[in-house]
Amino acid sequence: MTQTDFTNLVMPIKDKMFRLAKRLLVSNEEAEDATQEILLKLWRNKEKISDYKNVEAFSMTMTKNFCLDRLKSKQAQNLKIVHSNYQDNNTSLQKQVENKDSVDWVSKIIEELPEQQKIILQLRDIEEYDFDEIAKVVDMNPTAIRVALSRARKTIREKLTNTHRYGIK
Amino acid sequence: MVLNSIEKLLEKYDNGETTLKEEQRIKDYFAQDNVPEHLESYRLMFQYFNNTKQELYTKDVPLKPRKSYIYQWISVAAVAVLMLGIMVPNLFGNDVVTPETVYTQDQLEAYNQTKNALSLLSNSFNESASNVNTLGLVSTNFNKGAENVNRVSEFAKTTNKLVKRKNTQKH
Repeated sequence: MTQTDFTNLVMPIKDKMFRLAKRLLVSNEEAEDATQEILLKLWRNKEKISDYKNVEAFSMTMTKNFCLDRLKSKQAQNLKIVHSNYQDNNTSLQKQVENKDSVDWVSKIIEELPEQQKIILQLRDIEEYDFDEIAKVVDMNPTAIRVALSRARKTIREKLTNTHRYGIK
Repeated sequence: MVLNSIEKLLEKYDNGETTLKEEQRIKDYFAQDNVPEHLESYRLMFQYFNNTKQELYTKDVPLKPRKSYIYQWISVAAVAVLMLGIMVPNLFGNDVVTPETVYTQDQLEAYNQTKNALSLLSNSFNESASNVNTLGLVSTNFNKGAENVNRVSEFAKTTNKLVKRKNTQKH
């Protein structure tokens, strides 16, 4: 497999990988790093890639696993540094600007969802995967996926309406 | 009418029961601006989904072609061949060609004769060399003798001086 073959195969997926990584890792830089790392991993195993029937599902699964691993190790690290009783009362300028845009509330709300729901919501509502494809990536049966999805959607809406009505947050 | 069906779809959507096609219809509906207020939260959601979909991965990925190690292996092979070239003659040096195996009787005879003649030559050469040695010995002896003669002449000088003194005393 040459570099062009590989690029043609991976190009359409890399944006989806990046968005999923960003959904999980939140930070833009970290998501970029993660995506790059996964692409390099894929490149190193390029001989095997052609054996997989569904390269996209495979890459997305890799991304998901990679990011969850990263989060795990980050949590382990953070335990040492984080001050649990410390609160930043002066929200940064960037945050203030973000808060003005109500659309960004959605992203904040999604950030608070459990990882599993984040992934499923991302794959379904943003990448528009069908349930079979999602099942491959998250390794769950479609019914469970539907339940998780419904929960995620309801949570988001509930929090959104609360925010709107009372101006909380 | 439209609103009614959308609301039904939204209920299905909340339960995670919509198909991708139905979701597309919902998205199309919320892409427009005038949405009833009680559906505002949906509008925010779908607008956000639409926005995030535009996000692209722009970083370059350095894809290096896999390094081929063939040249290194060639050098290893070359070293091996070189080592073999050095080792083999040493290991099998016992059956190196000898004159007996290669040459015919005549040639061998000639070889032996030459060998004899050469050894004769070398013998007489050695003899004469030893003669030369004795000559060298003689020369050293000669040198010693010469030294002695020097001493004798020295002695003669001193005796002459003594004799001269005596003669002057007599006068």
